[in-house]
Amino acid sequence: MSLTIIKPGLLDTIQDLGRPGYSCWGINPGGVMDGYAARIANMLVGNDPGAAVMEIHFPAAQILFEQNALISITGADFTPTLNDNELVSTWRPIVVRRNTILHFPQWVQGSRCYLAVHGGFCVPQWLDSYSTNLKAGVGGFHGRKLEKGDELPFKENSIYFAGLLKETREYQPLNWRVDTGRTYQLPHEIKITTGHEWSQLSAASQRDMLDSNFIIHPFSDRMGYQLRGVPLKRQVNTELLSSGVSFGTVQLLPDGQLILLMADHQTTGGYPRVAHVISSQLPKLAQLRPSDSIQFQLVDTPTAEELLFSQEHELSIIQRACHDHLNQLVW
Amino acid sequence: MPVIFSLGDGAVTIDLGNQLSEALNGKVLAMNQWLRQHPFTGQKDIITAYSSLTLVFDPTLIKAHYRPAHTIFEWVRDQLLDAYHQSGATVSQAPVRHQIPVFYGGNDGPDLAALAAAKGMRAEELIHIHTATVYRVYMIGFLPGFAYLGEVDPLIAQPRKEKPVPVAAGSIGIAGSQTGIYPLPSPGGWNIIGRTPLQMFNPQSQFPVLLKAGDEVVFYPTQGL
Repeated sequence: MSLTIIKPGLLDTIQDLGRPGYSCWGINPGGVMDGYAARIANMLVGNDPGAAVMEIHFPAAQILFEQNALISITGADFTPTLNDNELVSTWRPIVVRRNTILHFPQWVQGSRCYLAVHGGFCVPQWLDSYSTNLKAGVGGFHGRKLEKGDELPFKENSIYFAGLLKETREYQPLNWRVDTGRTYQLPHEIKITTGHEWSQLSAASQRDMLDSNFIIHPFSDRMGYQLRGVPLKRQVNTELLSSGVSFGTVQLLPDGQLILLMADHQTTGGYPRVAHVISSQLPKLAQLRPSDSIQFQLVDTPTAEELLFSQEHELSIIQRACHDHLNQLVW
Repeated sequence: MPVIFSLGDGAVTIDLGNQLSEALNGKVLAMNQWLRQHPFTGQKDIITAYSSLTLVFDPTLIKAHYRPAHTIFEWVRDQLLDAYHQSGATVSQAPVRHQIPVFYGGNDGPDLAALAAAKGMRAEELIHIHTATVYRVYMIGFLPGFAYLGEVDPLIAQPRKEKPVPVAAGSIGIAGSQTGIYPLPSPGGWNIIGRTPLQMFNPQSQFPVLLKAGDEVVFYPTQGL
């Protein structure tokens, strides 16, 4: 009951929904960049949304399934392909036969995709989470990215689903898929709420932040996206003591450029917090890439909350539907 | 009065004043203790810093469980105001004091000689001054187990370097009026004066970090075994 990495990718790690609760020790929550795609990947194969998944960047790993498995691939589209020739769809459950090889020959869109297997990956938890903390070298699979020869056991066998494989085929997609609705629409428009130091920006800089484009610099990773755009001016220059920051916080650096804090951000920071990307748009943000542009749109807190509730509502409907579909198959 | 503001739709910060002060930090830790003793459904994490506390929460759980009349932000703000008013001036326990052995200078403290020279003193004097203070752990942040300690004697305070350089695990540095210990190898801009052999972060331990906010630290020079 396992899969093996036969060729490593650029950055493939085991993640879950993160490790909140340990900021008092300086340990950041981390976890998947795109929580929406990762949760749906799990739902499609009948897992708890917080089960361990593989977060895959491009160029991606080549993976050998050593057992029949029920899998799903969500998030970015890197043309998931089985045994060289069979392109499989994303956002859909797929039964794969043992000895099948999954690889990702071509980038089409997005920045990271999620591979879930029925039962979830069997790795030990560290501080209640499966997420890999690369900086501390702990969590996930031995605290590091996946390398050639790594063997990842599954928690459960997909024995029920193997019966769905037709004799002549290496794989069998099941006949439903998830429509991601509004989540990734208008990929370059990112909604923000104001941060505490927003009012310290000059009126011209406030306008610039909302009216101009910002480009994601190549020097961007799971910790944060560096943005390049019109330099913004703060009207005061009081130094701030370090204090808490969050996934989505937009900080103003001393040179007037912005940095967007992502999943692996530090727990605290001392730069002015001019804005925060709203939670429901973090999945979209997580799928942007270096040299993509961003236009910020200001919304108020009630709007941000409503958009999150509507996304969560949609996820609860998807979860129920996935559950019902799988149950009908098995019984 | 404290300022309360949103840190995005999943976190709210209460800021008691942008000041490095033992009293404000004590109040932050008292609120932290109170919130941990009176958690609400949907409370996910608490980030304590020098003079602020950030409460991280799950808005959907709060909505489902408490059905607040207004926004989730306003509901969490009221929880923070409660914590502010209900908690004491500081935590109830006496602080834990740690004695930290330090190899000063040489390869362990590559910036010691230059810092002493900049301050017009001998390295021994700088070490004497650094070891004469009982430091308070104001906060843990930046890296797992990285303790921000204050305050160093003004005689040895020094701004951080212009550019970060690679720093070894256990390194002890000075930045402004703060001193701190690097738990992991990392790029860093602090002036490194020594290194401790103690492990500040051990992921295999049940309590992976040695120092906690509110603890006290005293350094002493050692020449090894």
